[in-house]
Amino acid sequence: MASASSRALLEVTGLCKSFGGARALSGVDLRIEPGEVHGLLGQNGSGKSTLLKALAGFHEPDEGSLRVRGEEVALPLAPGAFRELGLAFVHQDLALVPALSVTENLIVSRLAGRGRGRIRWGVENRRAAEVLDRYGLTGIEPDAPVARLTQMQRALLAIVRAVEELRADDHAAPLLVLDEPTAFLPRTGIERLFALVRSLVADGGSVLFVTHDLDEVRELCDRVTVLRDGRCAGTLDVARTTTDELVELIIGHRLERRAHTRADVAAGAVRLRARAVRGAVVDDVDLEVRAGEVLGVTGLIGSGFDELAHVLFGSRPGRGEVEIEGRSHDLAAFTPSDAIGVGVSFVPADRGSDAAIARLSVTDNVTMTTLASHRGRLGLSRERMEAKAAELGERFAVTPNDPALEMAALSGGNQQKAVLAKWLQVDPRVLLLDQPTQGVDVRAREQIFAAIRAATASGTAVLCASADYDELASLCDRVLVLARGRVVLALEGPGLSKDDIAEKVLTSTSTAGVLRSAARDAVTTPTN
Amino acid sequence: MSSDAGPATPERAPVQEPPARTRGRLSPAKAIERFGLVAAWAVVIAVFGALRPDTFMTSANFSTILGSQAVLVVLTLGVTVVLTTGDYDLSIGGTLSLSAMLIAVLNAKHGWPIGAAVAVALAAGAAVGAVNGMFVLVFGVDSFIVTLGTGTVLQGIVLWISNSTTISGVSNTLVDAVVGSSLLGVPVAFYYGLALCVLLWYLFEYTTLGRRMLFVGRGRRVSRLSGIDVRRVRWGALVATGVISAFAGVLYAGTTGGADSTSGASFLLPAFAAAFLGATTIVPGRFNPWGTIVAVYFLVTGITGLTILGVQSYVQQLFYGGALVLAVALSQYPRRKELRDAEAG
Repeated sequence: MASASSRALLEVTGLCKSFGGARALSGVDLRIEPGEVHGLLGQNGSGKSTLLKALAGFHEPDEGSLRVRGEEVALPLAPGAFRELGLAFVHQDLALVPALSVTENLIVSRLAGRGRGRIRWGVENRRAAEVLDRYGLTGIEPDAPVARLTQMQRALLAIVRAVEELRADDHAAPLLVLDEPTAFLPRTGIERLFALVRSLVADGGSVLFVTHDLDEVRELCDRVTVLRDGRCAGTLDVARTTTDELVELIIGHRLERRAHTRADVAAGAVRLRARAVRGAVVDDVDLEVRAGEVLGVTGLIGSGFDELAHVLFGSRPGRGEVEIEGRSHDLAAFTPSDAIGVGVSFVPADRGSDAAIARLSVTDNVTMTTLASHRGRLGLSRERMEAKAAELGERFAVTPNDPALEMAALSGGNQQKAVLAKWLQVDPRVLLLDQPTQGVDVRAREQIFAAIRAATASGTAVLCASADYDELASLCDRVLVLARGRVVLALEGPGLSKDDIAEKVLTSTSTAGVLRSAARDAVTTPTN
Repeated sequence: MSSDAGPATPERAPVQEPPARTRGRLSPAKAIERFGLVAAWAVVIAVFGALRPDTFMTSANFSTILGSQAVLVVLTLGVTVVLTTGDYDLSIGGTLSLSAMLIAVLNAKHGWPIGAAVAVALAAGAAVGAVNGMFVLVFGVDSFIVTLGTGTVLQGIVLWISNSTTISGVSNTLVDAVVGSSLLGVPVAFYYGLALCVLLWYLFEYTTLGRRMLFVGRGRRVSRLSGIDVRRVRWGALVATGVISAFAGVLYAGTTGGADSTSGASFLLPAFAAAFLGATTIVPGRFNPWGTIVAVYFLVTGITGLTILGVQSYVQQLFYGGALVLAVALSQYPRRKELRDAEAG
């Protein structure tokens, strides 16, 4: 680690960026020294991705300056200009083409750019083998398709490719930005990734490591910068900071304990019970939700919390057993249509592709699941459908309440209210929610909360998957924290606060394993 | 567009106070969009009528225009079914040929009763749709590729069962039923197309199945998460298109009194051109039966008029090919604009 007086590799000062009226970044400073692994931490919405996108030239900052190796660089950067500055990005999705070979993936940017005529595959494969060898990536065949590599090998390959591209541009002290490359990786072999990162730094480069995982921060980073609400909450020396201090910095000290009036939950009968549920990430989860209760499910990205609702609804492959009002169903053969048939409603998170058809009218969208009840003498009655849609629009405060409008013409919040109307009009026995107020303005958010509470008041059992701790604190009676696909903690109100949840989630990877059995007991024992 | 006004849904019950875009009041821009093609059709008729009043503007000519295109009308309506659910069917031409040829071979060569031959032809259409559906839904192959292949296979089968010859002598019962009589001066074949149009309009506008087909075509994931059996709807649409294409083949055999092995292929492009052009009118942005009828007759009127003016027959290809590309470009335009607006916003 260099001292602050020496020349920084990258120095961002006073960066500001607003979207519409909302400030995403207000005066952010970031200083990365040569030869360090610098962590970038912060909750969702703290401004991390806006900062990275400004560096990548994707967003134009409103104010602020950027110096690279002491040289002032004019903002905004042109898209792609980061390469000339000696920066490389590896994003979570890795940007590899699975059907192409390792070699092809390694040289893809060279092929995309300047045309060089004939490709000599023998030479390229040999060169790729050398590169892989140099970074100790044995066991990867240059001509194997990337689809055949393990997740970990793919992540390593993406990082090696970024480093090689930097090296090809011949920068003495490059900066590699790793944007949560580890979120979906299995823990086994993660050491190799860390070793690769360390070897980069040993060669004189620096790494900006974006993550949620505080364990990884402790293991890998020299210093961290924490963002909170678009501002720098602080830059710290990791070796001299405790995990608790980091958590405090990430969530801030605003301990706004919401008084959550708990419904008489224990009295309600169990509406939804899941046993030994497994999916792609979810691994042996048990849970139960009572009538009138809201159970939150949360965790870090990659923990599987966002998969659970899909698996329980039958819309993603899973195994295990789900019991709705005492009747048991095998998840291996459970479909969305089965789920709807037994009184389950599901509001998916991805409004664009899963929840609403943008290019159809609001009427069509909200009556999708109830068409049969709008039959008149001569078949479907548009009048009845529109009247129903208008009535639902009124009840769920959709504005403008014009059912003939295309869904795409509504704002995000109003679309979400319409989606909620679609699923709540049938008075479901069980309501599954996946991030129900994502991308929704504050007013719509309150209206959506009100609609969900109204449903619980009439006895609906709600499971809400979310990474928005404020949302969880506002809605939930209990919250399960998942890590690596398993339930590691069960938090219970009253007085469940946003910060409590955030703290537990941020430290959940350390608790994984240790508390597993205890947590399972807590979950399956009825609350009282 | 406002959700969907079929052309024949007259008055609406007053629902709340409707802001800008309900269908009672039609803004001029919307009216142009919806009825532009109808107006263009009228212009085409007026122009050719002025140029060749004694040949073009005759009831015989209009009777020919309306009656001779029943095969294309039916085939085009058939393909709108599968297009509505978001799949392609390029085997419709092959299915048409197979159906006509089965009737010719079974009835004219083997002396089967015409009713049985027609039944076999329609069943063959259903079988083609079922096979297409199997490859699309069980093996997950893109429908465009699957039906490109099966269409070619069907052409091969037609050549095989006909020994590459034209077969004539199909029972007069069928010929009479298709072109033997006329109503209001128009051959009865025209009314088969019209009847199918009304049937599909009812299906799309007034049945839950029609809605589900639209949902599946517009948003497969949303449909699946709403409990719709997406596979069954898509499969059903492929089978329906197969059967309707076979019905077009029945009309073809009835119109010509026989079958040949190549003409099915020549219907493929006009059908797609008319289907996409039809989706720009009446209910813009949606494959709809009335728009389809208007589009078919718009194209046919143009070609007939040019032929009367003495233009060479290659004009057909220019006209249909150009119409397909233009229609698709037109239908993409509003979406592209929206995308741009969304990105800017």
